[in-house]
Amino acid sequence: MKAILECQRLTKRYGNFFALSDLSFTLERGQIIGLLGPNGSGKTTLIKLINGLLVPSDGQIAVNGCAPGVESKKIVSYLPDRDCLPSQIRVKDALTLYSDFYSDFSMERAAKMLDALEIDRHSRLSALSKGTKEKVQLILVMSRDAQLYVLDEPIGGVDPAARDYILRTILTNYSENATILISTHLISDIENVLDHVLFLKAGHLVLNEAVDEVRTKYGKSVDSLFREVFRC
Amino acid sequence: MPWDLDNERPIYLQLMERIQQDIVSGVYKPGEKIPSVRDLALDAAVNPNTMQKALSELERSGLVYSQRTSGRFITEDAGMLKELKRSLAADHIRDFFHKMRQLGFSDDETLNIIQETIKGEDHESNT
Repeated sequence: MKAILECQRLTKRYGNFFALSDLSFTLERGQIIGLLGPNGSGKTTLIKLINGLLVPSDGQIAVNGCAPGVESKKIVSYLPDRDCLPSQIRVKDALTLYSDFYSDFSMERAAKMLDALEIDRHSRLSALSKGTKEKVQLILVMSRDAQLYVLDEPIGGVDPAARDYILRTILTNYSENATILISTHLISDIENVLDHVLFLKAGHLVLNEAVDEVRTKYGKSVDSLFREVFRC
Repeated sequence: MPWDLDNERPIYLQLMERIQQDIVSGVYKPGEKIPSVRDLALDAAVNPNTMQKALSELERSGLVYSQRTSGRFITEDAGMLKELKRSLAADHIRDFFHKMRQLGFSDDETLNIIQETIKGEDHESNT
């Protein structure tokens, strides 16, 4: 089976500014990977490249062996870092929209999560709080049976209790062969659910290591290592 | 309730210790089936692969064994369970003496304090 994501010398340049330079790595199937780095380190650029929203300036990126495009969008479930749905529609219409677009969308799973978080299906998205809107988007994304989930800051705006629920949701809803890439600043909250971490620093990949490997090697948590590597 | 894990040591080691602890303290009985990797991972709020690794390591040590289709079980080997209990106790005692030495007590002094403490507790429970 082909790697779910493979980058070779991947580079994204804006004029003289390198948003990403020379990234080479492979993501395994069945893993949860943390994409970590300070603001402006290139996390969202990488995520947009995976989803075909940007094209590489140099190097290659392949999802399941193919360049991002129609085929990759069938198997990649993407949570952007901003609102991606029209705000005037209702929650239930957003569900229909997703189920029309994606054949792997499970209405049943979405309904279960909406009920657990007590979200009213008849509300318009514009009437929801920021946190609730984020929950709705995450529910939509996690209700797909994708091979790769790409979550850009999924827990930033929600309260700690909902955060726990969302992490449980992520743990319960991915199938054993699916891969989840999560970008976040809230490392200590998610460290225990990660297999592997990627550290980005000014567009460079500075660490690509299993979480328990980090702890064995450095005798500290990923969170402490992050604070050390990125000390301001 | 997520398991209480510290931040320095590998997570799978801590999961192993927790499960060993649960075996010794009788949460899981000898011969009993343990929950699935996924359920344990959810309970602990950790990555399922990490839980898998912890269980594989416990399997290698013989403390749990897996039956192809029906899951994982705690060993019924009483000798092994006794040995585990003894070795966990030895760890605690070593840690304790180490801390007492840091406080400046010789091992003999520590032993005396232990005896006094036990007497004190006896006294309290008699009154």
